[in-house]
Amino acid sequence: MSEVKYSKEHEWIKLDGEEAIIGITKHATEMLGDIVFAELPEKGSHVDKDGTAGVVESTKAASDVYTPVSGEVIDTNQMIVDDPSKINEDPEESAWFFKLKIKDKSEMDSLMNKEEYEKFAKETSA
Amino acid sequence: MSIKKTSLNNLHNKYGAKLVEFAGYQMPIQYKDGIIQEHKYTRSHSGIFDVSHMGQLFISGGDDLTNELEKIFPADLKKLKTNQSKYSFLMNNKGGIQDDLIITKTSDGFLIILNAACKYNDYEVIKSKLDNQYKLNLDESLSLIALQGPEAKNVLNKVIPGCDSLKFMNGNNYVYKNEKVYITRSGYTGEDGFEISIKNSDAETFVESLIENGSKLIGLGARDTLRMEAGLCLYGNDLDNDTSPIEANLKWAIPKSRIETEFVGSEVLKNQFQSGVKKLRVGIKPDSKVIARGNTKIYNDKNQEIGKVTSGTFGPSVEHPIAMGYVDNSYSTVNTKIFLEVRGKKIPANICNLPFYKKNYVKGQINV
Repeated sequence: MSEVKYSKEHEWIKLDGEEAIIGITKHATEMLGDIVFAELPEKGSHVDKDGTAGVVESTKAASDVYTPVSGEVIDTNQMIVDDPSKINEDPEESAWFFKLKIKDKSEMDSLMNKEEYEKFAKETSA
Repeated sequence: MSIKKTSLNNLHNKYGAKLVEFAGYQMPIQYKDGIIQEHKYTRSHSGIFDVSHMGQLFISGGDDLTNELEKIFPADLKKLKTNQSKYSFLMNNKGGIQDDLIITKTSDGFLIILNAACKYNDYEVIKSKLDNQYKLNLDESLSLIALQGPEAKNVLNKVIPGCDSLKFMNGNNYVYKNEKVYITRSGYTGEDGFEISIKNSDAETFVESLIENGSKLIGLGARDTLRMEAGLCLYGNDLDNDTSPIEANLKWAIPKSRIETEFVGSEVLKNQFQSGVKKLRVGIKPDSKVIARGNTKIYNDKNQEIGKVTSGTFGPSVEHPIAMGYVDNSYSTVNTKIFLEVRGKKIPANICNLPFYKKNYVKGQINV
């Protein structure tokens, strides 16, 4: 299993061969507060790097979820649609959002590693 | 302009508040527990709200004050007994709402509680309409604390004994630490509760003693979800200068005795009472889990635009998305099917009764 990478839009992505699992970071959930709604991309659809691939809503506001890489949606996590509070509980493991069959691994290169992301998150929320 | 802080600012920080700017004040949007837990704690126990940013306007002086104020507000102030409160409006000449407010008759005049964002303008408007003949004091030496929820009466009674005998929409003077406090039984959550007007220098110890007796600080985030479930309007969202109390479905707040009399905006209101209104505020319940926020467009089944949402969220106690908004009057009947445009899709919803959450005011006592 390769390392986890992070986007400036606060998504994490874990790559396993040509399959990527994508979710939002713990830092993102802390900024959003209690999540009460999640909308995921349709299975079989194609999403483009940095394009919208879902929505999360807290009691306060709606936020788009972006995909850090391009690919075909091969699976989505119905659990977070049925119970969006799971995203606050376990955002970086069981409450993943969608899986992609990715096209171009080099799209991963521009993303941040854990250390870089933590620094970025700290600076942008200050 | 520098951002103002209320006298509870240190407490907000101590209890881990996330602070935001609201109407020129640094206010807590939530504390550590988060909006949903805070909302539910208010419904099951009690919550403390710092509403010190709201205006506390005291007006006194002159025998004609009641008559003069009735030329401004559409409330039956002559019938108001000392310490009794009424919900009313400051309107413009077109019948649009400049602010919604609570007027209480005091021993020497009236106390009017104003929305934070409107208070300085309200002060100027009221002062000029009264021709500078009366004493107006927008008292910023006082804090305003709301205590809301089924346990509010028990918690407050331990700190200020005797206040549990107050009736809904009534107030009285009490003593806390040898200082006068003014308490009304009222609120903005759909629960039983109180609003306590207290000297700034006593506010912090007072709130700490409420916390010691089991209550918790609640932020503006939960205040918003609580009031929406209770079907109550937020000025600036659900009420504005272009909307009349009749259109806002608040005509219950305009007594019959005042309809034929004169006050600011009375011509328009009289006309609307007789001929009806084009748009009306309604409750909206989406069929699915999708949340429709303020400014969401509303359509009929023929894809014609018929109105817009003014407030919407997920209701933590009703466990479903809720909204309110204005629709063309012909679509305002309960159970009318409508469609909400959210992210380009038309989401089915129904017009429904307000409130979403049934009120829980003091049992065995008089409700308004």
